[in-house]
Amino acid sequence: MSGVDRLAGGLYAAVMNLPERPMRWAQGHLRDGRLGWLFVGPNLLVFGLFSFLPIVIDVWYAVTGGTELLPGNRPFVGGENFATLLRCSDYLDANSCARDQFWYGVWNTLKFVGLQVGFMIGFSLLTALVLNRKIVGLGFFRAAFFYPVLLSPVVVALIWKWILQREGVLNAALQGMNFQGENWLLDAHWSFFWTVFVSIWAHMGFYTLILLSGLQAIPRDLYEAANMDATPPLRVFWRITLPLLMPSLFVVVVLGIIRAVQIFDEVYVLTGGGPGSATTFLVQYIYTTGFAQAVREYGLAAAASLLLAGVLLFFTLFQLRGMTKNAR
Amino acid sequence: MSRLVATAALFAAISLPAMAGEIRIACYSDGNECEATTELAKRFMAANADVKVVIDQMPYKAILESLPVQLAAGQGPDLARVTIFGPVMKYFMDLKPYIKDPGYWEKSFGAVLSWMRPDAKDKGIYGLPTQMTVTSPIVNKTLFDQAGVKLPGANASWDEWAAAVDKVAKATKTPYGMAWDRSGHRFAAAAISMGAKYFNADGTPNAVDDGFKAMASRFVKWNLDNTVEKDVWAAAGGGYRDAFEEFANGKIVMYHSGSWQLSRLQKQIGDGFEWQVVGNPCDVACSGMPGGASFVAFKDSKNPKDVGRFLDFLADTPVYSEWMAMTNNIPAHAALQKGGVAYKLSPAGNAAVQMFGANAAKLSPVAYQLQGFPYAGAMFNPTVDRLSQAISGQITLDQAYGRITSDVADALAAAAKK
Amino acid sequence: MLARLLRARRGHAGWDWTDWASYSYLVFGTLLMFGPVLWLAVSSLKSESGLQEFPPTLLPSEQVRVAVPGQAAPLPLVQVTAGAQAGRELALLRRIGLQATLLDPAAPETPVRVPVADTKKVMHLHAAWENYSEMLSKFSFGTYLFNTVFITVVATVLTLLVNSMAAFALSKYRFPGREPAFLIMLATLMIPPTIVLVPNYLIAASFGLTNSLWGVIWPAVATPTGVFMLRQYMLTLPDELIEAARMDNASEWRIYWRIILPLSAPALAVLAIFSVMWRWNEFLWPMVVLSRSESFTLQLALNSFQGELTTQWHYLLAMTVLTLLPVTAVFLVLQKYITQGIASAGVK
Repeated sequence: MSGVDRLAGGLYAAVMNLPERPMRWAQGHLRDGRLGWLFVGPNLLVFGLFSFLPIVIDVWYAVTGGTELLPGNRPFVGGENFATLLRCSDYLDANSCARDQFWYGVWNTLKFVGLQVGFMIGFSLLTALVLNRKIVGLGFFRAAFFYPVLLSPVVVALIWKWILQREGVLNAALQGMNFQGENWLLDAHWSFFWTVFVSIWAHMGFYTLILLSGLQAIPRDLYEAANMDATPPLRVFWRITLPLLMPSLFVVVVLGIIRAVQIFDEVYVLTGGGPGSATTFLVQYIYTTGFAQAVREYGLAAAASLLLAGVLLFFTLFQLRGMTKNAR
Repeated sequence: MSRLVATAALFAAISLPAMAGEIRIACYSDGNECEATTELAKRFMAANADVKVVIDQMPYKAILESLPVQLAAGQGPDLARVTIFGPVMKYFMDLKPYIKDPGYWEKSFGAVLSWMRPDAKDKGIYGLPTQMTVTSPIVNKTLFDQAGVKLPGANASWDEWAAAVDKVAKATKTPYGMAWDRSGHRFAAAAISMGAKYFNADGTPNAVDDGFKAMASRFVKWNLDNTVEKDVWAAAGGGYRDAFEEFANGKIVMYHSGSWQLSRLQKQIGDGFEWQVVGNPCDVACSGMPGGASFVAFKDSKNPKDVGRFLDFLADTPVYSEWMAMTNNIPAHAALQKGGVAYKLSPAGNAAVQMFGANAAKLSPVAYQLQGFPYAGAMFNPTVDRLSQAISGQITLDQAYGRITSDVADALAAAAKK
Repeated sequence: MLARLLRARRGHAGWDWTDWASYSYLVFGTLLMFGPVLWLAVSSLKSESGLQEFPPTLLPSEQVRVAVPGQAAPLPLVQVTAGAQAGRELALLRRIGLQATLLDPAAPETPVRVPVADTKKVMHLHAAWENYSEMLSKFSFGTYLFNTVFITVVATVLTLLVNSMAAFALSKYRFPGREPAFLIMLATLMIPPTIVLVPNYLIAASFGLTNSLWGVIWPAVATPTGVFMLRQYMLTLPDELIEAARMDNASEWRIYWRIILPLSAPALAVLAIFSVMWRWNEFLWPMVVLSRSESFTLQLALNSFQGELTTQWHYLLAMTVLTLLPVTAVFLVLQKYITQGIASAGVK
């Protein structure tokens, strides 16, 4: 063991000493302010190539048409793709739009974000509050709620698909208790319910942990003081717990919204967007249009993804403002 | 001809450094196709030490979604097992200069070779069919016997079949009369029997006509009155889903699928009940749909000559016949279709092979035309999506017709914008 | 009175109803979290035909087969439930329509004919390990495991290094362009990775990264989430430490390596856990980049038997269990550190 330690220590020292000389040289020759770029550089390079450049190419896809894949071969069409997506006679009725699936995606995504984030944070908060009591086996329960977070979305969806299918164990159990089985994924409302349920199941552990750490950071003497005054528990919750939990809650809401808007794999494997278009979300529309259709319309897919990104960017700025406020 | 081959060989020899040719095959399996091909490739390599055949077995999704991107970037394999040709057609390589006897290929695989061609004028040979499939209904004979209902005759219509299976389902307390794979291809099989033409007289596509509507309205009605199992089409979105499990489970009387199910029928149902492949129902025609995947060659291949040699090896009648027996597939080889593949099947399986053959012989020309249309997928996908929406009540049947028509038009317009 | 549940900590000794409610909630939650996974694992041991049974059997079982003299293969065993033969267990020779022909394994010369409705399958417990062995025999498991572990380890190490360097600069330096750089990084967090698959592939191809494990590793190295998380953590480290080190004439690299990195260990641990999880579960991007079997990852290989026309649940379930097994094992060993780490450093 000590041999491994020594080896690791040696490695760590070697990596430290290697950039020492170039660093000294850079420090001598660069003005102070520029030094930051040296550290951000590697990240920015990789990031620029594999995150930023693709988005630039995506913009080019969005203003070009046809089915060619290589950006250079695509004819310029201007705003046509955006116009096609947005052509509707009634924005509230997806069926009246030129690309009805896109609008089904928009409305379903909005509905999903509201329900999923709301309920997930509700349950995460409840769980965190329960775990914050003097619980025997805290570590175990904390881990139990966290476990599904580790599973890949495809695995999560397959697990639930196996349970929810018509001849699955849930219907067997219900029939065993003399209830009528239900065709869970055949009914539009039920299948929407299950997409929300499954994604809460898969993600709530992560949010519970963040909220729990927020709760544990609240100074105990505040509660003791409240106890002395015999303040009713509900009032303690509203007056002490909730305000002090706000920063954590804020993080959780913003992260939750971003993830919910991007929901795809889980639902795609679980319901495929059906029945009909009842669980077709925005990212699935983009994916189908660009990858799964017989004739792939990359331009349309890219345009839709830019519209989505635009909305999300709004949230990022929102988040960033809140975050920087928190950090300082 | 031999001079052409010689020139081609010479050209290939000059353009390539003298190194062992490696052929990469992107393969997916429905049953054991890739494993069987690997077996045969080993034998080929034993006889041709200078060629190395590597078979990469990948998810079907990868063939469908990644392959076009890889080919566009010039990073594709030499060969791939493909079933929807349209999106990768422009990367095809004509094998004619590299195979020994194009005449033999034409004679044996002619009907299917045309599907890989962009249009009727083109005479290239772009790949080797790995099987021929034909859609056919499969019935649970045991349930018919239990209900005391006779199987409808060879020329029975879809309505007669629907009535019969409904009677059987009611008598035997089976939940549903039929189930159809969730596939526009399966729907087209029935629609063509009902008189759908899919193309105008001048060859331009026209997905929704009276024949199509006749089948679509029936199909939606059957879904709603539980003649057809609604789950398969309505409970899933986003593409293909088969109904084999339901059939194997004895939950349906009649299963509208096809010849590729042979292995599973044998293995999974076993002695669970008596199953039987029947003729495609007859209205205007008694047609199903043909189909099947092919090993297609790509023009970026660095070893086209070796690709030709390997495919020649597989296409050779005895090897091809063995290949079909190994995979329980129906041959796309004209001579072998008349018999000669030594399957290792049960009596029910052998009867099924006979019946698939008979159904293949009755395919309507429309079915071949549709299967050979490069953008057939652009007609199949909207059919499934829109009829599913109609079944789940999201849109009316008339709206569905309108959407299918406009979806097809949109796709073709996008494809035309080169 | 739900209100009492909301109180942070019990003020008095002894059990009251809120304790009961809390523990019932937690136990129910635990069952809900583990139950589905356990059910999947049990189901994955059922044979192809065993999976078809409804209602599903709790444990994997299979129809008993017996060898009958004169028959090439063993025959399935059924129990006769009614009629003259009631109660006997006989082997099923064949069934035609509604009639089953049965054989007594002890006296196979005289077939017995019984209506199918009067027979019942004789089942016994049987774990279908062949679901696993058949699947594993189809490919070289070792190669794929190595590829996956290689990608996971290398990508995680690089992710930690590259992201922590960036986070260090973004949290501890003021330099022109810092805010825009950070903003743009965060903005890309908003783009679902599915969407930029095609441009990403074209870029990877132009660097010759296709069919190479590095093609999966490099694009994954600069994660905005990682930078963001580390930066937020490093902001909480006191600047005085750095000032003191500068006084001692330490180079900036040494400050990063010797002071900031060790102090950020909790946040780094969390990022490491997430990185391992992401790389292990990744499917879509490797599927596009890696098309040769010698460079496949486990996720790819396990998915490779999914054909166009058929979904084979018995393989699919076994595959799912195989992919979640390593993650579960690691979690069981490290769960304390993982959950504590996220709780303490998750997002501050």
